[in-house]
Amino acid sequence: MVQPLGYLKETASQTAGPYVHIGCTPNFTGIHGVYETDLGSGSMINDQTRGERITIRGHVYDGAGTALKDALIEIWQADAEGLYNSPSEIRGKADPNFFGWARCPGDMATGEFVFETIKPGRVPFRDGRLMAPHVNFWIVARGINIGLNTRMYFSDEEAANGEDPILSRIEHRVRVPTLIGKREGDTVTFDIHLQGDNETIFFDV
Amino acid sequence: MKNTPPETTPFFARDRDMHPPAYTPWYKTTVLRSPQRALISFEGTISEITGPVFGHSIINEFDNDLLANYAKPGEGPIGERILVHGRALDERGIGIGGALVEFWQANAGGRYRHKKETYLAPLDPNFGGFGRTITDENGFYWFKTVRPGAYPWPNGVNDWRPAHIHFSVFGHGFAQRLITQMYFEGDPMIWKCPIVKTIPDEEAIKRLIAPLDMNATIPHDMRAYKFDIVLRGRRSTLFENRMEGN
Ligand SMILES: [Fe+2]
Repeated sequence: MVQPLGYLKETASQTAGPYVHIGCTPNFTGIHGVYETDLGSGSMINDQTRGERITIRGHVYDGAGTALKDALIEIWQADAEGLYNSPSEIRGKADPNFFGWARCPGDMATGEFVFETIKPGRVPFRDGRLMAPHVNFWIVARGINIGLNTRMYFSDEEAANGEDPILSRIEHRVRVPTLIGKREGDTVTFDIHLQGDNETIFFDV
Repeated sequence: MKNTPPETTPFFARDRDMHPPAYTPWYKTTVLRSPQRALISFEGTISEITGPVFGHSIINEFDNDLLANYAKPGEGPIGERILVHGRALDERGIGIGGALVEFWQANAGGRYRHKKETYLAPLDPNFGGFGRTITDENGFYWFKTVRPGAYPWPNGVNDWRPAHIHFSVFGHGFAQRLITQMYFEGDPMIWKCPIVKTIPDEEAIKRLIAPLDMNATIPHDMRAYKFDIVLRGRRSTLFENRMEGN
């Protein structure tokens, strides 16, 4: 026998199910009067937010190429200077006009998600090298047993993407484009494919 | 929140052997929604170890009282009144203060208040079926509700969900994010459920079953169930490699 290590085990994940919106975005489902607004809904920016305005749009597709209409997407990103609005961010004080987190249910008819935000600055990798600008995604839905983590990088950041410590360690280079949001004007399109030839790279982080 | 220095270390690696895998064909919806390729692993960077802080100001007085938050004045939902309480902890056993805990459930008859819900059990005009709270500085939380009913769902021809409450939990880092479900002690439906069976580890399933807690029961009012939620722990700063250039 040895001493027990004494760690607790993480609670197991279960699917968010078809009614995740009741709990997380009730106004979106038409249940009004309990929460004033849905947490994380609406624009992420105000007049004073620093940074370049962008709109992120996309769909989550299943293995048959059908857009999910019951997914919930959350994003978390740094401000324009590359600082997270979090107590664990000790490199500086993030833009007080940018919370950095948002939540969007896919549209009930089309499945599209939309985030009105700013382009994030670069943040360091663990060894101090800068990572390319990216937005962290977390996707849950009925039929997804454990939330999926991925990142969206930007197509207009070719040089930074080329030296990004995460992107550059991906063995199958053909898959890297699944992590790149396509920028056209102020819109960045980021489609997530759960399966298939274009299956998005998901992370265990 | 306690006045402790912010934690800046990565989380412990997730034990994927006790979480459900993505592909569990007996839960049919996973077949087309499960990534087929290996996840790419890397140690958490600042993007994963940070997370937003939700202030208590977002919480209204009745957000953690499902007996009241949707009920007409002087009325209340039908069903067995229960108190659900517990603690958000990390794998080190440290209470997680300031965690956002959101919950949603069917009513006592097993019906959700949702447009796409077609089960013939009636809606309860006094029950919305959702709430939220933020844990206190030691990680404790509670809410009042009615015990949800079991309900049938389209999967096999006769699949039923055991009585359950859905939980969404937000700890201190984005990589701690977790959605799960709480079940009730003594429910024979738990071990028949295809969604429960997505979890490959029996002990991990048992940790989702809330025991009846008579000590927390409010006499002549409501019984209590205790449900602790464990999120990923963080590595100690003592053993961190010093980052280059810092
Ligand atoms: Fe449910």
